[in-house]
Amino acid sequence: MSATTFAQHLLTGISLGGAYALIAIGYTMVYGILRLINFAHGDIFMISGYFMIFAMASFPWFIAIPVALIGTVILGVVIEKAAYKPLRSAPRMSIMISAIGVSYLLENLATYLFTAIPKAYPEIPFLKKILTFGGITTSLVTLLTPVLTVVLVVLLMQLINHTKIGMAMRAVSKDTEASRLMGIKVDNTISMTFIIGCLLAGIGAILYFTDRMTVYPYSGSLPGLKCFVAAVLGGIGSIPGAVIGGFIIGICETFLVAFGYSTFSDAFTFLLLIIILLVRPTGLFGEAATDKV
Amino acid sequence: MSNILEVKDLKVAYGGIEAVRGISFDVPEGQIVTLIGANGAGKSSTLRSIVGLEKPKAGSIKFQDMDLVGMGTETIVTKGITLVPEGRRVFVNLSVLENLKMGAYMRKDSIEEDLNWVYDLFPRLKERSWQAAGTLSGGEQQMLAIARALMCKPKLIMMDEPSLGLAPIIVQGVFDIIREINKQGVTILLVEQNANMALNAAHLGYVMETGRITMSGPGKELAANEEIKAAYLGKAKKKSVN
Repeated sequence: MSATTFAQHLLTGISLGGAYALIAIGYTMVYGILRLINFAHGDIFMISGYFMIFAMASFPWFIAIPVALIGTVILGVVIEKAAYKPLRSAPRMSIMISAIGVSYLLENLATYLFTAIPKAYPEIPFLKKILTFGGITTSLVTLLTPVLTVVLVVLLMQLINHTKIGMAMRAVSKDTEASRLMGIKVDNTISMTFIIGCLLAGIGAILYFTDRMTVYPYSGSLPGLKCFVAAVLGGIGSIPGAVIGGFIIGICETFLVAFGYSTFSDAFTFLLLIIILLVRPTGLFGEAATDKV
Repeated sequence: MSNILEVKDLKVAYGGIEAVRGISFDVPEGQIVTLIGANGAGKSSTLRSIVGLEKPKAGSIKFQDMDLVGMGTETIVTKGITLVPEGRRVFVNLSVLENLKMGAYMRKDSIEEDLNWVYDLFPRLKERSWQAAGTLSGGEQQMLAIARALMCKPKLIMMDEPSLGLAPIIVQGVFDIIREINKQGVTILLVEQNANMALNAAHLGYVMETGRITMSGPGKELAANEEIKAAYLGKAKKKSVN
């Protein structure tokens, strides 16, 4: 493999990793605050793809993007209020099963409403612009994805570490009851987490689907699971962990395909999950498992 | 003197089991009031229902003539009443300063003055303001929990077992602080298993047994009562030997 080909694959891998990272943050944040693996997150990402298709049919891209993102955020918050909030004091298993239920509901609803035939994802003209430098050919979206990911993560970390709402989110993730004693509205804080997670998944969806060019009702299930693995790899609950996990999985997957093992690239991700859980269940940046009391 | 808190016929039940079986007590403004009793007497349940963390089965809770029953915890704490929960419950992942800011979460005004006030009360916290609360010792965490509660400028501060699991010398420090805060005008409702310390610090004491209040009176009087000595202070035996 020549240096140019290597660089080409590396760039593709980093780009895919960036999109994964944006989705993985949603898993890790929701887990951090609710101790819930939101299995519906990948499907919210898929529905976001459809939202964009419909938004682009009626609006120019610069209006369609915010419309699709707002739609995704509303969907996420509604799911939380309808399927998770009533189960807040139920055993943790119940809320997880509810999440699996929402996941199937969204997939089947999408099949029913939009059919299982893949729909063409609209082209956002400037994102598809082809750039060439030093023998590497790439589209703008490939370059933009990792850059945007890093910018968004930096902004998110600022929000979490240096604002009042971020402080409240960290407090609620550690001790819900003590947070209520401080006067924090726990439900609003949880909604905020879903808003951020879905917003990032929506941005990830635009970047990912612009590259893939089609959306179908199961578009979200495999990427969703991979991003879940990324979150576990990085240490679920840790945002930098989820980002690094996303990049690792995106890069590894791309290189496996490049070396001709495309059949195994998905298997690799899940093999990785098994290995992490066996060797280092807390992931790269995860804190030692202390159960909430 | 007017009562800042009036509890009447309060009942709290957990799935059919009554932890608090109809108790009534008053907390006069500006005083230290203590609720003592053995483990499982219903002391914590009483505090938790006052602040809305448990829903009472029956009874009324009046704070400055406001009925608190049915209000959410988030609303109750804005009225000037707060709880230092059992086991401290500081946010271990937040710094000391952030914990104090959390205490002032619902305030819109400047907190600078109160920050200086609690740092004066607890100089140790000032030294450690950037440290994660989880790295503090048990005694320091208890101080932080009290300081955090003070940051919302409460009129009534309730403390659930502030001496639990602390070394005797630290316990002394906690009680000194309780007296100091009270002197500065904050009413205190203290739940304790350390009956001796609590009764000696309190103006008014109530004894709770299996969900009922069985005795009440000025703290010092209760501390001298033979029955209480036998049950909670472990001193009666010694006397009979003398």
